[in-house]
Amino acid sequence: MKSSPVILKPATGPVALLVGTRKGAFIVRSDRARRTWKLSAPMFLGNIVHHVVLDPRDRRTMLMAASTGHLGPTLFRSTDAGKTWKESSAPPAFPKLPESEKGRAVGHIFWLTPCHANEPNAWYAGTSPQGLFRSDDGGNTWRSFSYINDDPQYREWMGTVQDGTPDGPKLHSIIVDPRDPKHLYFAMSGGGVHESVDGGKTFTTLVNGLDVVEGFDPTTVTFHDPHCVRLCPSNPDRLYQQNHCGIYRLDRPSSTWVRIGKNMPKKIGDIGFPIVVHPHHADTAWVFPMDGTSVWPRVSPEGKPAAYVTRNAGKSWVRQDKGFPRSNAWWTVKRQAMSSDAHNPVGLYLGTTSGEIWASRTEGATWTCIARHLPEIYSVEAVALGR
Amino acid sequence: MKVHIPSALRSYTGQQNEVELTGATLAEALAALDRRFPGIRFRIITEQDTIRPHIRIFVNDAQLHDLTAPLQKTDTVYIVCALSGG
Repeated sequence: MKSSPVILKPATGPVALLVGTRKGAFIVRSDRARRTWKLSAPMFLGNIVHHVVLDPRDRRTMLMAASTGHLGPTLFRSTDAGKTWKESSAPPAFPKLPESEKGRAVGHIFWLTPCHANEPNAWYAGTSPQGLFRSDDGGNTWRSFSYINDDPQYREWMGTVQDGTPDGPKLHSIIVDPRDPKHLYFAMSGGGVHESVDGGKTFTTLVNGLDVVEGFDPTTVTFHDPHCVRLCPSNPDRLYQQNHCGIYRLDRPSSTWVRIGKNMPKKIGDIGFPIVVHPHHADTAWVFPMDGTSVWPRVSPEGKPAAYVTRNAGKSWVRQDKGFPRSNAWWTVKRQAMSSDAHNPVGLYLGTTSGEIWASRTEGATWTCIARHLPEIYSVEAVALGR
Repeated sequence: MKVHIPSALRSYTGQQNEVELTGATLAEALAALDRRFPGIRFRIITEQDTIRPHIRIFVNDAQLHDLTAPLQKTDTVYIVCALSGG
């Protein structure tokens, strides 16, 4: 890929947070100064909502990945910025196989990514168990994308339900290079990171340099568990990754990840779910570490929540805990539940497993709780809604 | 036959809790249900034609596990949401 600096103009105006929770979706809207916030009524109360995403190409279309405790997965679509919703007529589904073969069934839709800016109405979706799907009609109908859903090698790397995360193995972090719609990345928990430069005709693995759980062979793709991969909008040749086994950076054309999490404080470690990249500065990224020791409590280390920021591409990290509880806060932040706006200074937002939303208008220097008593939060996307 | 619709699926049926359908098998009845209320079948039956994990289907007093099970015009089908936890 060619490297060229990308200059993005900082955003202004109100921010909306699209919040997916274990019991429905919410929109939290700010004033122009991002000082006051208003929580919407719940949408699809009782539905398990993994992701709500705005189409940046029109700033009005939204897709919501939903299911319930009983019912199978579906997608809801809005074309009026969340005022009204319609259900997809053909949600992502694997091909029906003969009874003699063990076909897979989508358990839930986990991740949504709009396709390239030059592909209006086109979207990608990642599912649990791992599947990659595409819609070309604004999310109304979906089909398997590329060959990976049925490829024997990929099926081996995907493993079984027992190999995946507690509520099912997932395909996530679907990334489209803003310079080239055919240049794609995706990640699987488990199953590693993968790249295509030909629009999905072929994919190659990108796991060099990534650690796996002690005692396992890092050359076996199945053992890799990337939690979240992000591409820097200001330098699309740079990726950051929060992995089950550390924090990494990759500068293309290199294909070897560098474990920048080794520069985190030893008593905090470099385990977590989300990673957020600065929209304008590729050397800046944030993580939200969790306790990954012994039985993996998956809460803030010592019950003291904090974000960590690097402003030098991972050479060093600075703790950002001002405003958070000083102790006895036993929550964490899931991989889709931390995001940024594109303002200057950047606003950061995170949703907790205990149902709180925290915001920072100061790039993490200070944090304020802007909503509480929500269900467990799965995703937070900061967007600028169209009028 | 009569088909009882659980509350979780009544957004598809215009809040009707019971609908009248025809079909010689459970598969045919569910296909008829989906023609009348598009999208409802996929919420209870997977793309591999299996009943989803937390859905149960009874005909009269008997639980059915197989979509090929035959149905009679006088049967009553119950679609039940079960055991999903909190």
